Amino acid sequence: MSALGFCQWLAGTSWSIELHESQYMYSLVESAHVLTLTVFVGLAALLDLRLIGVTLRRVPVEQMTKRLLPWLIGGFTVMVITGGLLFYAIPVRSFQNVFFRAKIVFLILAGINVCLFHRGIYRSVEKWRLAETPPKRARMAGVLSLMLWAAIVIAGRMIAYNWFDCDIQSAIVNWWAGCVVDSH
Amino acid sequence: MDPLPFFQWCESSLAGAAIKNSTWAFAVIESAHLLGLALIGGIVLIMNLRLLGLGLRSQPMSDLQHDLQPWFIGSLIVMISTGFAMFLSEAVKCYYSTPFWVKMSALITALIFSVTIQRRLMLAESSASSARSRKIVALISLLLWFLVGASGRWIGFSG
Repeated sequence: MSALGFCQWLAGTSWSIELHESQYMYSLVESAHVLTLTVFVGLAALLDLRLIGVTLRRVPVEQMTKRLLPWLIGGFTVMVITGGLLFYAIPVRSFQNVFFRAKIVFLILAGINVCLFHRGIYRSVEKWRLAETPPKRARMAGVLSLMLWAAIVIAGRMIAYNWFDCDIQSAIVNWWAGCVVDSH
Repeated sequence: MDPLPFFQWCESSLAGAAIKNSTWAFAVIESAHLLGLALIGGIVLIMNLRLLGLGLRSQPMSDLQHDLQPWFIGSLIVMISTGFAMFLSEAVKCYYSTPFWVKMSALITALIFSVTIQRRLMLAESSASSARSRKIVALISLLLWFLVGASGRWIGFSG
């Protein structure tokens, strides 16, 4: 089964239809997704700003990572569950949406950035945990993370607009979005 | 006095009409509003978690207050200016929107609470307050800001 075929199958399941057509449930899930931005992206951004060395400079770096980790994991879990439900409610359109695809790419890049940070400069955090301005590689990881999460938030917001829906866009966007135009 | 004429004037103003008639403007402004939301929400959360004895609990409260205050003010400026721009483009809808009025009331209350009671508590020695009073202040603050965010999101769903 192709990915698009899978999305079409998802769209036909009764829970997907119910969520899509519900009066309040979809809005509530979306509100939870948006408000949890504060927990996940907000705390991640403050950690990034600490890594860049522009705020909370007196807080040891490992305090930021360890004390905030449970909240970051909790926030991320809610983001993934509510985001998954939003996709589940409108799978075919989302799958063929350029902003959705861009968001997934940015999410993967943000994940790679976290991995590289942990396997790289963070290993020597004992040496710079108290540095008001962390080493260059840590600052770069912070800047990259801020930019990627901003791009993820913006792309996520744009999914809701129909500017690039399959029936109205140019051939190049159609290709990037993997549009099968008559699948609406 | 009924403020409806003022709201109508806002929507017909140059900026209000420009945003309303543009395809992209509202979405771009709203994205900036969301980025500001993430940051201001994170700041409010870190401060209140500290009052609850969670998160950055080893840090002196006054350090957090001092360090985060400029970022709080900065993100508040982003929130208010982008929020005001969106308001201009749909002021009449806002006038008839219950979530809008709930949000504005909660916002004013939350701001006053933050710069008076909460700020004083954060800047004082921790021996000057009981753990219980710190928790109550944190819960009130979290509730108020949650109300601001949730009713704000609901403006978009109504009307």
